[in-house]
Amino acid sequence: MADYEVPKLTGEGYCEVPAVRDDVMKGKGPYIAKPDFQTALHFPADFDAAGSLVPNWKERALDKMADLKGRYRSLQVFLDICVKCGACTDKCHYFIGTSDAKNMPVARQDLLRKVYRRYFTFAGKYFPKLVGATDLTEEVLADWYNYYHQCSQCRRCSVFCPYGIDTAEISMAAREILDHVGYGQKYCNEIIGKVFKIGNNLGLPGPALFDTVEGLEEDVEADTGIKVRFPLDEDGAEVLLVTPSADFFAEPHIDGLIGYAKVFHETGVTWTMSTIASEAGNFGMFIGSYETMRRVSLRVREAAIKHKVKRIVFGECGHAWRVAYSFLNTLAGPFDFLDQRYPIPQHILEFTWSHIQAGNLQIDKTENDDKVLTFHDSCNVARGSRMGDYPGGQFDIPRHVIRAVCNNFVDMPADTIHDATFCCGGGGGLLTDDLMEIRVKGIQPRAEALKHVTTHNGVTHMAAICAICKSQFTKVLPYYGFTMDQIVSVHQLVSNALVLQRQVSVQARPDEDGDED
Amino acid sequence: MTFVSILYGLLFWAATLILIGGVAVKVRQYWNTPAPLKIPTTPAPVTQGGVVWRMFREVVFFQSLFRSNKTLWLFAFLFHISLWLVLIRHSRYFVDMNELLVFLQPFGRYAGFTMVLGLVGLWARRFLVDRVRYISAPSDHLMLALLVAIGVSGLMMSFVAHADVTQVKAFFGGMLTFGFFGDAGLPADPIVLLHLFLVALLMIIFPISKLMHAPGIFFSPTRNQVDNPREKRHVSGWALELERQGKTYLDELKK
Ligand code: SF4
Ligand code: SF4
Repeated sequence: MADYEVPKLTGEGYCEVPAVRDDVMKGKGPYIAKPDFQTALHFPADFDAAGSLVPNWKERALDKMADLKGRYRSLQVFLDICVKCGACTDKCHYFIGTSDAKNMPVARQDLLRKVYRRYFTFAGKYFPKLVGATDLTEEVLADWYNYYHQCSQCRRCSVFCPYGIDTAEISMAAREILDHVGYGQKYCNEIIGKVFKIGNNLGLPGPALFDTVEGLEEDVEADTGIKVRFPLDEDGAEVLLVTPSADFFAEPHIDGLIGYAKVFHETGVTWTMSTIASEAGNFGMFIGSYETMRRVSLRVREAAIKHKVKRIVFGECGHAWRVAYSFLNTLAGPFDFLDQRYPIPQHILEFTWSHIQAGNLQIDKTENDDKVLTFHDSCNVARGSRMGDYPGGQFDIPRHVIRAVCNNFVDMPADTIHDATFCCGGGGGLLTDDLMEIRVKGIQPRAEALKHVTTHNGVTHMAAICAICKSQFTKVLPYYGFTMDQIVSVHQLVSNALVLQRQVSVQARPDEDGDED
Repeated sequence: MTFVSILYGLLFWAATLILIGGVAVKVRQYWNTPAPLKIPTTPAPVTQGGVVWRMFREVVFFQSLFRSNKTLWLFAFLFHISLWLVLIRHSRYFVDMNELLVFLQPFGRYAGFTMVLGLVGLWARRFLVDRVRYISAPSDHLMLALLVAIGVSGLMMSFVAHADVTQVKAFFGGMLTFGFFGDAGLPADPIVLLHLFLVALLMIIFPISKLMHAPGIFFSPTRNQVDNPREKRHVSGWALELERQGKTYLDELKK
């Protein structure tokens, strides 16, 4: 299957911390973006071919570093204040899975920090050896490219660092610098280009989306006998649903989309998706580019205005939710034209949970009795955002919803859930086949915890609320002996248990005040 | 007044200026660098008061460190809390005593031992734990060596070869009032001189070293931000400028 070893699981629920080894994962990193992908993102493209550098790359890299540390307090502070205590060294799933020393969060940061020290600090300028400062060389750049693409920006290290030093911030900065010298990552940059051109990560054009939702309406009707609508580009709906494009075709994502539709159907809230914002994921975050992230976010604003909606709801995706929850207001706000009585934006789980609490949904839990569930907290939801109105709501609300629609639920071991959750191993722009080895190795701690509850508690399925998690799990967990269909969407469970009572979906309100504004 | 006393007087003046000035420059830099995005590591407090409480737990009890590594926490906590007690004890060289300070003096006297113990524990990790060995630069070892030497020389003055503390006090008292380092100057005691020299060295390297973690932690956005991005719009100056000029990219901005 592969020319590397797939880690073995013990079923004990935790992984031994490996002894550090050098250069296990040394390599060329993922495919490098071609010049035309770079141009689309407004990055320099004056290099000959993928893999070569721009002229004056060293100056330009250092200029970019100076620029970024002047614009991001996080970067400047984090580069300065690490005391090398080592508290984070055993916290990264990629280190646990690979034992490569440079996958320890602090060592990963140091790849950038040692260059920062060399050129920007007194100690590094005059006593480089003493403080571990090095010149910026092509070799260093290659290490950046390789190892900063072995970080899923999951922030687990940040939880455990006494100063909250977030390696994700350093990775993002490093990738932004790399983008400015010719080492952009093909996967991310190509995808962002598609978002700009077509509207979503998968490059699904409008007509394909219309086809898909039509097909879904037929499927659900065949299944339930009830016409549940999947509205697309309908003006005057109450809610704009922004969901990852994987929800339109991938398994088990699509079952989640069916779940959202049924919930809207039953609650009688009118809704629409939009071809303009047919993608919730925002890969601008992965490459650390504020400008890209903003440009991607502005589509959501544009869609909300165009379709004259009152609310914005995001579907199940972790990174999408972090950008939506934490940054959307910053990047594309203010959203004063929306209904202020609801959170802006709202997560689909917040929406569903509020209707479950209000008793608006008729639920038959026994429909999920063939399963024993566990829940994977997605890293960006757990450590980068919130649901509900109190800290930690992001842990409770998904579990409340699962328990409301399923009879059997078991959590994985405590040090692998909530804010200590392990990343699926595919986030942060790593969900590409050219990074398969790190994805397989990085999932080890999560797989181990899952194995623990499958062997000891009879767990049969793991629910997830992130498009990347779902894609990564279905592809990589089989290496560890699990099957693809053991991964489910939370709204898939809702969909199974929801008893449809309304015969027809409510149509979007006609555009009464259409010409007033 | 000896030559050495004058030298030390000048050294301490310089060290103090470098420490205060250097930290001020750095803190100003942190203060002035914008934090364009809300990035608290969640779950995070949703009120400013909550943030103060979170920061308090971090700074006083090292809460996150406690979660990550109990041994490391023990040594680090031991060192830092002892350091505080020792510093409080040293306050008698600079300020008039009040009841609280008097009460704390004996603790400070023995905290020197726990301080060194904590440091030795921290240093041992740098050799014994392979991961920590890997990430340690020479400066990380030197920093610990410096602190241990300060601690040990301090303990020697208290417990082995008693130093003439009144004279030292007079010396610093003289400095504080811009007098010339007390009438008698420093006692010609090699341990006192070594101790003071190392302390001055520590003060000088503070602003250019990782010791900046002390003021730095208060500027760490993952810990000091309120988790309220949906309720309150958070925009940095440069991002606002992009919006104002209707530009997408920073390099398109009219300066
Ligand atoms: S952010 Fe996550 S992937 Fe990156 S170094 Fe930290 S723990 Fe590892
Ligand atoms: S836990 Fe924080 S301070 Fe300690 S080594 Fe890691 S990044 Fe540095």
